[in-house]
Amino acid sequence: MIRPADCLVLGAGPAGTEAALAAAEAGLDVVLIDEQADAGGQGWRAPLSGLTMPRKGADAEAGDGLRARLAASGVDRRLGRRVWSVGGAFRLDAVGPDGAEAYEAPRLVAATGAHERVVPFPGWTLPGVIGLAGATVLLKAQAVLPGRRVVVAGAGPLLFAVAAGIIAKGGEVAAIVDMDGRLAWARRLPGLARRLDLLKEGLGWTWSILGARVPFLAGHGVRCAAGRSEVEAVIVGPVDADGAPIAGPERRFACDALAVGHGLVPGGEVPKILRAAHLYDRLRGGFIPELDPYGRTTIENLYACGDGTGIRGARPSAVAGRLAGLAAAHDAGRLDATAFTALAEPTLQALADYRPFADTVAGAMALKPAQVAAITPATVVCRCEDVSRAEIDAAVDAGAGDINQMKHFTRCGMGPCQGRMCGDVAAELVAQRRGVTRETVGYWTQRVPLRPVPFDTMIGSFDYADIPIPPPAPL
Amino acid sequence: MSQAPIYDLGVIGGGVVGSTLALLAQRGGLSTALLDRGPLCREASGVNAGTLTLQMTRVALIPHAMRAHAMWASARDWLGHDVGVVVCDGLSLAFTEREAALLEERAGKRRAAGAPITIISRDEALRVEPGISDRTLMAGHCVVDGYANAYLTGQAFRAALVDAGVAVMENRGVSGLDRTDNGFVARTAQGPVSFRRVVLAGGVWIEPMMAWLGVHLPIKVLVNQLSVTERIRPVMRTVVGIASGLLSLKQYPHGTVVIGGGWQGIGDRERGGVELVPERLVGNIRLACHAIPELAGARLARAWAGLEAETADALPAAGPIPGIPDAYVCGSIHSGYTSGPSIARSLADVILGREPDLPLFPIDRLMKAAPP
Repeated sequence: MIRPADCLVLGAGPAGTEAALAAAEAGLDVVLIDEQADAGGQGWRAPLSGLTMPRKGADAEAGDGLRARLAASGVDRRLGRRVWSVGGAFRLDAVGPDGAEAYEAPRLVAATGAHERVVPFPGWTLPGVIGLAGATVLLKAQAVLPGRRVVVAGAGPLLFAVAAGIIAKGGEVAAIVDMDGRLAWARRLPGLARRLDLLKEGLGWTWSILGARVPFLAGHGVRCAAGRSEVEAVIVGPVDADGAPIAGPERRFACDALAVGHGLVPGGEVPKILRAAHLYDRLRGGFIPELDPYGRTTIENLYACGDGTGIRGARPSAVAGRLAGLAAAHDAGRLDATAFTALAEPTLQALADYRPFADTVAGAMALKPAQVAAITPATVVCRCEDVSRAEIDAAVDAGAGDINQMKHFTRCGMGPCQGRMCGDVAAELVAQRRGVTRETVGYWTQRVPLRPVPFDTMIGSFDYADIPIPPPAPL
Repeated sequence: MSQAPIYDLGVIGGGVVGSTLALLAQRGGLSTALLDRGPLCREASGVNAGTLTLQMTRVALIPHAMRAHAMWASARDWLGHDVGVVVCDGLSLAFTEREAALLEERAGKRRAAGAPITIISRDEALRVEPGISDRTLMAGHCVVDGYANAYLTGQAFRAALVDAGVAVMENRGVSGLDRTDNGFVARTAQGPVSFRRVVLAGGVWIEPMMAWLGVHLPIKVLVNQLSVTERIRPVMRTVVGIASGLLSLKQYPHGTVVIGGGWQGIGDRERGGVELVPERLVGNIRLACHAIPELAGARLARAWAGLEAETADALPAAGPIPGIPDAYVCGSIHSGYTSGPSIARSLADVILGREPDLPLFPIDRLMKAAPP
């Protein structure tokens, strides 16, 4: 059975949910689909059902507000669905609690968010090493600490959010290791100060961290994670402003977990599968779909919004989502030009107001090329397929000129994560080795499924006679 | 400034067929340029299921498929590089009486053409492949079977071609081909390339390539869907298909299972294999799980579509281009990865002035019905 609709929205984070709300308010029959059990995405995530935990902070409030508005709306919420196929103009196939499902609508809003970037270092594949975003999920949704004594390392604002979250839940932070120097953050203050509410939250994290007397190493990066079968210690050392390791004293912190991340990478699987045009934007985290100011892609009636279209953060994403929802409603003929302009103009202005803040956040999370250049040859880059930097370099030297050819030569990116984790770094390595641009190296050819999907749920129960086997091939 | 060389041979299209041809021609003494609009072996030759089975091969191609099987199996010797070839048994299963009849008929004709296929019982089939369903009625069994790792093809051929001295021109799209007094000039964005003789080996793009020379050869485009699982524990050890040919299934040494069989997706010559049809993907996977029940516990990691070329009679276009001296075409080979190297070898023999051991498939037969 196919559920027809006026508009499908894939991804119920701040962007997708606002898009769904705006389109539904304008009168469209909207289906909002997400893998998670509740709306809010990664940033404004709801705790798992049955779990009560003391929650405060702007993210929790924003998420609860969004979920309340969604519950009161006419949006058909299809949560807990794993969408595996996107195609046509437009159809989504999913597996849900009752098996296979399909949805069809003439308009699709893609709001599938971002994923984590970890620039590899020796030991990053040891058990006990977790991404900063992954740690955020543990803390926010499950009230679980990543370890008893955690080193928090990497770059970007998530560092402080995770450290403060661990402290708030009674965990010990062995050290905060920030690749950025103090100067970098001082330079960012003007951009961050444009959003005093958010800056205040950031200062709140800093305050709790100071209160816990956690060692804070600015301008430092992880040299390696050490341990026999799991992480036992992290060795850190100074890095320069570009992220390259420099001479200086190294320090060792004993720990049972390392939460580490180097920013986020736009997902954008859906516009890539549907072959919308993309461009490379280093500040925004990688390849992003070409969009008009309202979120229209180069494919008719396909819209995209949120961190999947470039890293900006949850609040700007919510505003961009509203714009995409309004555009979808307008294009569907439900909002005339006057009404559309009246609603869209202030929303565009709100998005513009966020820009200095969003650029500052994105800048703190952008890939540092010198950090990639310093990856040692033996370090595993693709952890699904165990492909080292040396193997990637060798493939380039053997003639692999783009990311997909490199993949064929090495199996890098062929594992369960399909290159989501390693793709940005792997492409940077190919570009650096060849001395060419990221545009030349390109991005993985995106294919279904969006996430690995179990065969048994995908195929359901069936009789052999019911399989629509095509006529035999010629003899 | 040195003058641009005039190669003895230009091969346009760097898939398995073009790459084999260029390699054998260069080794045979012809200076050869190989041009492709992208990297080598990245279309059908790099994204197909890698099956080297005789039980899906067209009867007329059996001799070539058997010779090509031996070429693939000995790739390390003549190519010098590994394409991950595994030689193993192959089974073609029948689950219904109708499929059993089809199997016996098809196996008989392939056997008559030289393929060592025998019909075996369910119990015998279960001994050959314990992973198959006990709902199997009977099976075609062939000891000449196996598979390659298709995505390694480009890397292996590229290294061999460079070693041999072929002028490998990747990412060099040809926009037109001009005839000159002493051969041909290929127009490319990076400048012209000249050669005395030319082979058009562009797979589904043979049709527009032939149009450069004013020849109309219709080539139909098939869009074959494929899928691959995550790495799983061993669930099978042979190549498994079904009587109708609509399934190919094998587990690679690293644990992934590749499912093919030619279920059609959406795409065309201009855009490639752009989209998979979910119902057909599900159908193909149901068939696979029916054949190897343990497969139902796997997860789909990726599905994709590749283009396959087909002439009006579904037999290859391989031979001289009528009316154009020194121009040849080679491609549109059903299950071309399986038989391609052998057919390319026959054409290389002709170009090098040798009598080929196995016949070509001249295109005169396909041009009679061509519009004026």
